[in-house]
Amino acid sequence: MGRDGRPDAAATKADVVIAGGGLAGLSLALALKDGLGADAAITVYDPGFGRPLTGDRRCSAIAAGARRLLTVLGVWDQVADDAQPMTTMIVTDSRTRDVARPVFLTFDGDVEPGEPFAYMVPNATLQRALTLASERAGIDMRAATVADFTADRAGVTVMGSDGATLRAGLLVACDGAKSRLRSLAGITTTSWGYNQSAITFTVEHERPHEGRAEEHFLPAGPFATLPLPGNRASIVWTERTPDAQRMVELPDYRFQEELEQRFGHALGWVKVETRPQVYPLGFAMARSFIGERFALVGDAAHLIHPIAGQGLNMGLRDVAALAEAMTDAARVGLDFASPQVLERYQRWRRFDTFAMGVATDTLNKLFSNQSDALRLVRDVGLGLVDRLPRLKGLFIRDAAGLTGAVPKLLRGEAL
Amino acid sequence: MQANATIDPSEVARFDALGAEWWDPKGKMAPLHAINPVRLGFVRDVLVRHFGHDGRALRPLKGLRILDIGCGGGLLSEPLARMGAHVVGVDPAPGNIEVAKAHAAEGGLDIDYRQGTAEELADAGERFDVVLALEVVEHVADVGLFLRRAGEMVNPNGVMVVSTLNRTPKSFALAIVGAEYILRWLPRGTHRWDKFITPDELEASLAAAGFQVSELAGMVFDPLRGEWRIAADTDVNYFQVATPAR
Repeated sequence: MGRDGRPDAAATKADVVIAGGGLAGLSLALALKDGLGADAAITVYDPGFGRPLTGDRRCSAIAAGARRLLTVLGVWDQVADDAQPMTTMIVTDSRTRDVARPVFLTFDGDVEPGEPFAYMVPNATLQRALTLASERAGIDMRAATVADFTADRAGVTVMGSDGATLRAGLLVACDGAKSRLRSLAGITTTSWGYNQSAITFTVEHERPHEGRAEEHFLPAGPFATLPLPGNRASIVWTERTPDAQRMVELPDYRFQEELEQRFGHALGWVKVETRPQVYPLGFAMARSFIGERFALVGDAAHLIHPIAGQGLNMGLRDVAALAEAMTDAARVGLDFASPQVLERYQRWRRFDTFAMGVATDTLNKLFSNQSDALRLVRDVGLGLVDRLPRLKGLFIRDAAGLTGAVPKLLRGEAL
Repeated sequence: MQANATIDPSEVARFDALGAEWWDPKGKMAPLHAINPVRLGFVRDVLVRHFGHDGRALRPLKGLRILDIGCGGGLLSEPLARMGAHVVGVDPAPGNIEVAKAHAAEGGLDIDYRQGTAEELADAGERFDVVLALEVVEHVADVGLFLRRAGEMVNPNGVMVVSTLNRTPKSFALAIVGAEYILRWLPRGTHRWDKFITPDELEASLAAAGFQVSELAGMVFDPLRGEWRIAADTDVNYFQVATPAR
């Protein structure tokens, strides 16, 4: 409908419009092509389409369930060469200057024989593979933004900054943590900052890491070393926000000193490969994941602490759940974006999101402080040593079927 | 309305009063909207198996001529048409047919809606691959006669699917006391427990109409997931699939 409520004759028909062509947005587009059929008209808006991928140097941990989803979508093969299997993870609890770091958790092993619990993948590699697959699948990719939209019971009219007007069954916001569409839809978030920021970059080191990830819980926050192909690693280094900024502004030799203090010498020499970037950390969850003919997916719906490396995995779980709810409806001839379908998606995802948000928040609050007393309490008194193996659960839960109703794509099944 | 052997006029009047509420998923017909995905999935799977079609296709019922008896506002007819079937929907309540026609036109669907009774279609010699009587037999005056006339319209290689409510203490508690008066799932008085039919009674009536039951399945509400699903438990809602006996 147009703004005056009359059907808009000039509108182009589409089944689904997705705002945001990042990892979650393009994965959703491909999943919907799989579920709704090759004839489904899927449009994705992203002002970044067509520009070279230079900005994002981050790497993401892809849990086993998310990896299975990417395999079903036909993307994993293009990513596999750049992907580093994570075969072991050790967690230590220590102060920066401690000589010995007590290791109180180690886990390793496969979800299934030959299937590591997670991989490290450069975001840019994943983005390139998803973009190629989307082009091949005939997804309508527009280098522009969604300027505005109006929804009614029968559909949603989407106005693009390219001057186009589309009439679709559903509009999905995959436009990130600061989602503009979420604001346009009038959906507020519950959020708080941690006054922490993550410094991220990649390093080269002397000796092979053998697929081992390390997470050191330091007083300012976790310092994680995640293995990349070759003798390389991705660093996620959490500091209080003012300290993080100061840290990256240090002269190179001083930054190197601070890095070595945390990275240790087990892998020999270490060298910064890419310019360190600072990302403020926070927790945010949309008060609703859905509206009329509208859904939030990925960071637009929730932003969690990266302590357990679950941000992208959460987004891909959203993708799997939404695509399955829509496909189930379409396959019995029902409206794929009716209130019932969207509510099923929301039920499916909200509890899990909240539980994950609380889990990562608790981990972070428990570990990010200076108190020796609390350190002792958390190591022994609270039985954390027993509880932390759940970290492993966060990575393998979908693939290993640890949660009740796992969407098909995360189990590696087509829709 | 003309005198008729299977229509219960008071039941027709009740549904006729629903009007636009048919399509409000949160309105009086919310329970039908809630069970619709499951019963459509069941019907699709039965038909795909029976006729050897591809269940993963977006139009798995392509080529089938289906009669939807007691189509109401078109809650079943529309999805069946979207799945590719040629659908005839029949309902004795003129208000229902009006709502159904208007809603189908809004969605650009081609559905052949007829105001009238199943017997009138049988008298006219209509034939179908599939005859559906979902949530209908508990509302008709003479179940045996209704099934016989409905059965006449099924092609020799066709199939009939009937769903209804079982007459058990559990269904009394849930469908009448629980569902209607407490949860207000269905408009008060839509179902009367003494009109419910047990699977044995339904099977006997189908046999008398020349049909053999090939499948019995229950439909239950899963309170943990807030969803309905197909199950072996036939205490409350159940389906029978029947084919012409040789």
